[in-house]
Amino acid sequence: MTARIERPLSPHLQTYRVTLTMALSIIHRATGIALYFGTLLLAWWLIAAASGPGAYANVQAFTGSIIGKLIVFGYTWALLHHLCSGIRYFFWDLGYGFKPNEREALTWGALIAGISLTVLVWIIAYTVGGGR
Amino acid sequence: MSGPSSMRTPLGRVRNLGSSHSGTTDFWRQRLTAVAMALLIVPVIAIILMLIGRNQAGAAQILGSLPIAIILVLFIIASTWHMRIGMQIVIEDYVHNEKLKLAGVMANNFFCIAVALASIYAILKLSSGV
Repeated sequence: MTARIERPLSPHLQTYRVTLTMALSIIHRATGIALYFGTLLLAWWLIAAASGPGAYANVQAFTGSIIGKLIVFGYTWALLHHLCSGIRYFFWDLGYGFKPNEREALTWGALIAGISLTVLVWIIAYTVGGGR
Repeated sequence: MSGPSSMRTPLGRVRNLGSSHSGTTDFWRQRLTAVAMALLIVPVIAIILMLIGRNQAGAAQILGSLPIAIILVLFIIASTWHMRIGMQIVIEDYVHNEKLKLAGVMANNFFCIAVALASIYAILKLSSGV
């Protein structure tokens, strides 16, 4: 019989002041979850391409609509943000970037790079495809 | 063997492979698939941009070409594996009911395998031109 040891529990979120790295940690997880369900759109699109013109036209009608475009735009940002934010974790995994100014710079860098790359991809998309 | 009557201490239970009983396997595979996707993301986005504005015949022709099909299949394997691990971590963090957790982990596996196989099957079908 081992006696139950009352160990201190770590306090929950509301105890802490919101910091940038904390916010981006939550956003990293949130974008991950969004991308998880977003793969359904990717799978639907591939299956439609393999099925035939009618099925593919349905996908194009959806991605061409306002809601569809918003979802695909959000998906693009979620993907590229998760990528940039994930690269930040590689620095930390390898033991770099733990000083306060370094971690702030890495985190701002991930946030700005994610947004910039999303805008860049959509500019290319509109240039290549004429916004379709 | 680690029930309430066990002689093992809480520390002893998490030693070696830890409380998940699988050590750092998922940690390593999460990084492995992340690096794979970081390398593949530029060609994958380029492929998607190539398909904008094309009809099904045009899209099918591009998706059916061998290098493009291989890049996409690799990306699908890496991404579905990565998201299976990620979602399992989320479930283990927030679902504390043991049975619900097992059901969630199982559903997560089914979802990821179904998405992976459906996507890969579609690409193989386009490649074979059937």
